[in-house]
Amino acid sequence: MTSSPSPTISAPALEMRGITKRYPGVIANDRIDLTVRPGEIHALLGENGAGKSTLMNILYGLTRPDEGEILLDGEPITIKGPSDAIARGISMVHQHFMLVPVLNVADNILLGAETMANRVFLDRDEARRRIRELGQRFGFDIDPDETVGRLSVGWQQRVEILKALYREARILVLDEPTAVLTPQETKEIFAVLRRLAAEGHSIIFISHKLSEVLEIADRITVIRRGRVVGERLPADTNEEDLAELMVGREVQLVADRGESHPADVLLSVESLAVGDDRGREVVHGISFEVRAGEIFGIAGVAGNGQDELVEAITGLRRPAAGRVRLGADDVTMADPRQAHEHGISFVPADRHRFGMVTSFSLADNLVLTDYYAPPYARRGVRDDAAIAARAEEAIREFDIRTPSATVTAGTLSGGNQQKMVVAREFDRDLRLLVLDQPTRGLDVGSVEFIHRQTVRKRDAGTAVLLVSAELDEVLELSDRIGVMYRGKMVAILDGPTASREHVGLLMATGGHETPEGAPQGAAAPEPRRTGA
Amino acid sequence: MRVDLRTPLARARSLIALPAGAILLAFIVGAVVMLVSSPLVTGHFDPSLPLRTYAAIVEGSLLSVNALVDTVVAATPLILVGLAVGLGFKAGLFNIGGQGQFLMGAVASAAAGAALAHESPIVAITLSVLAGVLAGAAYGFIPGLLKAYTGAHEVVTTIMLNYVGIQVISYLITGPLRAQGASFARSPDVQNAELPAFLNVGTGHEAHIGILVILVVVPAISWLLYRSTTGFEIRTVGANPDAARYAGMQPRRLVILSLTVGGMLAGLAGAIEILGVSGYMPAAYATNVGFDAITVALLGRATPGGIFFSGLLLGALRAGAPLMQVKAGVPVQMIDLLQGIILFFLTADVIVRFVFRVRAGHAKLDELQTVTRSYGSGTGKP
Repeated sequence: MTSSPSPTISAPALEMRGITKRYPGVIANDRIDLTVRPGEIHALLGENGAGKSTLMNILYGLTRPDEGEILLDGEPITIKGPSDAIARGISMVHQHFMLVPVLNVADNILLGAETMANRVFLDRDEARRRIRELGQRFGFDIDPDETVGRLSVGWQQRVEILKALYREARILVLDEPTAVLTPQETKEIFAVLRRLAAEGHSIIFISHKLSEVLEIADRITVIRRGRVVGERLPADTNEEDLAELMVGREVQLVADRGESHPADVLLSVESLAVGDDRGREVVHGISFEVRAGEIFGIAGVAGNGQDELVEAITGLRRPAAGRVRLGADDVTMADPRQAHEHGISFVPADRHRFGMVTSFSLADNLVLTDYYAPPYARRGVRDDAAIAARAEEAIREFDIRTPSATVTAGTLSGGNQQKMVVAREFDRDLRLLVLDQPTRGLDVGSVEFIHRQTVRKRDAGTAVLLVSAELDEVLELSDRIGVMYRGKMVAILDGPTASREHVGLLMATGGHETPEGAPQGAAAPEPRRTGA
Repeated sequence: MRVDLRTPLARARSLIALPAGAILLAFIVGAVVMLVSSPLVTGHFDPSLPLRTYAAIVEGSLLSVNALVDTVVAATPLILVGLAVGLGFKAGLFNIGGQGQFLMGAVASAAAGAALAHESPIVAITLSVLAGVLAGAAYGFIPGLLKAYTGAHEVVTTIMLNYVGIQVISYLITGPLRAQGASFARSPDVQNAELPAFLNVGTGHEAHIGILVILVVVPAISWLLYRSTTGFEIRTVGANPDAARYAGMQPRRLVILSLTVGGMLAGLAGAIEILGVSGYMPAAYATNVGFDAITVALLGRATPGGIFFSGLLLGALRAGAPLMQVKAGVPVQMIDLLQGIILFFLTADVIVRFVFRVRAGHAKLDELQTVTRSYGSGTGKP
């Protein structure tokens, strides 16, 4: 463990000492110590459920600790609630933005911190002036009159940061700030954070992405199961070391995928056009092929038509034009049941919406797509014994951590819920496996597991179509990579040789424009779908 | 919030916590109302009135064979229509049309019974019951079809169809179905289609064979919901329509099916009431069973077993009401009040949870979501 990491020790801006928080049956925070110095970017690293959020909720006054104390500039304080935290200069930028899309930037920033001209009216001019000034100081000029809903996700995040600065925050907590950003946007936000730190602001950066933490942090505190398990300086550590600290065992970060041995073309998509819920065409004549025994990854910023494309292939959405073929079968107009029976398995992006019924038992969820067929049912009558046996098998083989097969699926952790979906969709007689954001929001251990299973299916001769907004995931797993931009497939590249920068640029620009957000400003080149 | 569900006992306790708490609170509030209004009933403040009232209800509903028969006869339609509403809840639908489906079943069986009045009882009864079931089914099928293919909300369509039903019945009974020579507008006696009594314990207390239907229907609906694949589909559509579509189920078909089977059950209840209790259909059949059934279904958490018991409870209140009025001098409307307060506490479950310190989780009534979703939020097109 490193001690006194910096020779010039400044007095800590924030100290959390011995913070303990117990919930029935679990200790969410167990004597956690956290020290943040002025001008420091301090990363808080840990898996989902490690206790990061609890600790930050305590700091933000949303939860009271059972034990421990918080010191601000050496003074012990009690934080009674978020408004109290803000008044003391502690602000939080949530993963899901707390912005009103129909209001403009200035009004969003003023909400809750109104600058008044007199007792009745707001002083908008003064507010605009301060917003401009703050933006210039930290290197992002923003138009206070721009409607927030028209901003790109990256710029909305800057509005959130501005909101905190407007409230004169000295300690800024950012909860997974890069989860919704493209690589380019991430770089830009990092530049902003460095400027903030240089001006003396302290930043607590919550993440489970190892490379980013190493890039941005001055110091890294790792939390596992409610305890601080290590503190590191980026110079003294690496991704493997951090992952091991975080998970508590050695982790294989990059899936060992080996050579692929693609066979015949299995899925062929020809000039496929698909509309969204409002009937606007969002997939414009896409064509590509996936061979048996290969992983075809689709990279792209979320909302560029990937979801609609996948839903069209799996039968949830009727294509407007074009053809989808699976081997010799035309499955263009197949409904979900027909797609399933053709051997298409689908792990949907939104598991709570499509992939599971949270109020059903784990066992029922494991047969959600196969409930009607033998051995789980005969002549319309369910066979509970067969369903229970299947559940026991899946729990064992897919390492689903659960007290029993009868627990309500909604009470499982996100990682175990996804393992449940994966067990159901992987472990059957299938030809095409469609994965949409298969590891979103999951911890390192679950990600590793799902990646390994995916490669195993590929090696068994399954065609795999992988859609992910996580560029690293696409790069690690894919034998070939298609990049989607505004409903078109702008490039198809060889997976092992594709460079991160090249794919990132294609994702952001489609390969023929300048990166967005570069010019003086406020709005992105084109209003994109907003909201997380 | 996780709830300890490791033992079946803990699970059961958490499931009945809210209904039991709502009933208990309702009886307490009912007692307060009686205390406050006791000067109006007895002329002076009477602290023993609530106790005497509840004692009379218990006596009139449980403490004699007569009383028990009355309870079961009153509970039978409540349970059947309660199952119709409960089945809807399971499919994520709020079926307020139990009333109309019940009445259409009643008038159809009354018409068939009158037409077959002189056939052999077996033929007359079978066909009359069948007529009621089919009429109820048809009256549930209509809102199902509208919901599935136009997105018309079942709350709106079933309420409207209730009114349509009342008018249709009024026309039929005052017109083509009117009994000749009757002193008021009613259908002819069903005679041979009347359900025979298997236990006769005094005039007006016949235990007709119709109540035995409950012993078949409750397990049958339970089997449908929890043992059949169709029931799994119905429950999936109700819990998560998107997941149902993903799983290859057909939400439209299931919406129609749930409301049609519900209509069958309500129609069956109507047939049993006509053929077993009244023997004919008046132009203005006074009943509130379609709405009482909503309380029954919610109180029973939309499960067949729960509906069976909550139907018996409300049936007991109804059966005990006359004796309560005689012995305690409290008007029978007290029962409506109690029932209303039970429903109030079921929907305002926060109060019950606060008073009895019931934790959330499994204790919550999922069906309430269907109820509250039905108001305000637009269409629920599957």
